[in-house]
Amino acid sequence: MEIVYVYTKKRSEFGRQCNFSDRPAELHVDILPDTSLAANFTVRDPCNVTVQCAKEMSEHEVNTERFESESRGVNHVEGGWPKDLNPEDMEATIRYRKKVEKDEHYQNTIMQIAGLMEHCCKQNNTTDIYQEFFEDEDEEVMEESEEQPSAKTINVFRSRYNRSCDCYAYLLVKQCMTTLLFNPLSAYWDTRKGSQPVEMSTIEHSHRDPVYKVIWLQSKTGTDIFSASTDGQVLWWDIRKMSEPTERLILDPSKKGNLDNALGAVSLEFETTMPTKFMVGTEQGLVVSCNRKAKTPAEKIVCTYSGHHGPIYALQRNPLFPKNFLTVADWTARIWSEDIKESSIMWTKYHMAHLLDGCWSPVRPSVFFTVKMDGTLDVWDILFKQNDPTLSLKVCDEALYSIRVQDNGRFLGCSSQLGTTTLMEISAGLCTLQKNEKALVSEMFERETKREKILEARHREMRLKERSRSEQSREDEGKEADGEESAAELVARAEREFFDIMEAEKKKEEKERDTVKDVLLLE
Amino acid sequence: MLQAEVEETIKRIQSQKGVQGIIIVNAEGIPIKSTLDNSSTVQYAGNVHQLLMKARGVVRDIDPQNDLTFLRVRSKKNEIMIAPGKEITDLD
Repeated sequence: MEIVYVYTKKRSEFGRQCNFSDRPAELHVDILPDTSLAANFTVRDPCNVTVQCAKEMSEHEVNTERFESESRGVNHVEGGWPKDLNPEDMEATIRYRKKVEKDEHYQNTIMQIAGLMEHCCKQNNTTDIYQEFFEDEDEEVMEESEEQPSAKTINVFRSRYNRSCDCYAYLLVKQCMTTLLFNPLSAYWDTRKGSQPVEMSTIEHSHRDPVYKVIWLQSKTGTDIFSASTDGQVLWWDIRKMSEPTERLILDPSKKGNLDNALGAVSLEFETTMPTKFMVGTEQGLVVSCNRKAKTPAEKIVCTYSGHHGPIYALQRNPLFPKNFLTVADWTARIWSEDIKESSIMWTKYHMAHLLDGCWSPVRPSVFFTVKMDGTLDVWDILFKQNDPTLSLKVCDEALYSIRVQDNGRFLGCSSQLGTTTLMEISAGLCTLQKNEKALVSEMFERETKREKILEARHREMRLKERSRSEQSREDEGKEADGEESAAELVARAEREFFDIMEAEKKKEEKERDTVKDVLLLE
Repeated sequence: MLQAEVEETIKRIQSQKGVQGIIIVNAEGIPIKSTLDNSSTVQYAGNVHQLLMKARGVVRDIDPQNDLTFLRVRSKKNEIMIAPGKEITDLD
């Protein structure tokens, strides 16, 4: 509703002065309340009103402009000359100096200080108070202090491929690299040429089973390799011509070259100082020593060493004592001497987890490393302790499949089932050759070898005696019913005995547990 | 009179065995007298002054009655010996 009041003025009256006059009020519009509108509203009862009997205050925020401050050092190049003096002016400065020198206070102070200074100088000259004592004896003291053996992880590389990898990559010296994956072909990569294999062998002439190990041979051409696989063959190749192996050897212990009888090969060992010999570790737990230069295949296999229960995952000669070699298989690691074929000369106890790889330290003949299925890395020092590893580290939760030591013996890399490679540094004590170490280790090996030889001789004697006795008794008694139990019965008897022993052990344990419980209750 | 003595004292110290040089610095950091070349003098003067102030502050902080008498800085090659002068307080 628009309320309008209209004023009118004649045009002729524009600009005339204003004459004000009084007039009573006039009612122009009177709008009465419309009670019907009240229906749109309701009465609010009660009303909430806040009242405060205090000073009303308001809050304001102010932020000043930021003041940037910086800390800086100042390099004084010239002293604090008085204002009127120009430091460049040589004469003025000299004059000023002369003035200062004439000052009495200056002279007194100098006399005082000079006395002090002279005293200290003379002190210095009389005795060298900063002399180093025990300088020459330092070295001896250092040698005696026993450093706790330790190893610390430097880096962990995670592989893209979720499978175990042989960590050749880091510690490889050669430019080319042959890798074998779990496929029967042997391929050779050249790290200079990129990530695709340069050449691969043909299927007809390759191994029939996964290739487990490949080693470069020492030759004039530098292009020879040989590979071993679980199909029982050891093949020699020339990488320039990968279509066919240059030589073939079948690991048949009966020396007949029969492939069905052959033992699957899992590891190879080759020492460049002895180019005609090499050793193969088999799936069946035998180590076969072979001669490359033999004329007939039968002569190629020289001898076998038995003693392990499972496939031999690692086989390496001691870098300083090539006659002794280390094998890692099943739950133990064993050290062998080439001359003793019946058994190893030294061995570790049976562990709770499988040992999957091992190697000697290239600098210390008494140190070797092993890795286990539960992810622990063991460092053994046979001069220090033979029963237990000198250092045992848990590297990761999954199984560690491979370990390699760098040539200086300080760094080692171990890789796990999930493809994670851990680079570790070991403490100086474990990678520096101690004095007499070589002599002590060779003594130890000789001693153990002698012991085994004596044991072997004794066994042979006993066997001869048994044989002669049994021959005699057979003649005396003539025909006798089958005294020997058949193989099946032997097995049944072994089982029975085993379970009896288990039961006895279990009962013993329970008894012990009960006594422990009683003790706890008493406390 | 005293000046001659001062000269003589300085010469005596310089002639001591093992002394490489002497620098006398005033309160403003100006080297008054020096037996070394100019650049070394200025370097020593600037650095030593700050060190001296700091050392003195340390001593007096711990015990206000105490005061720094001498400061020796021993390094691999040589030793710097610093004797601080008395502080003058202007009463006027």
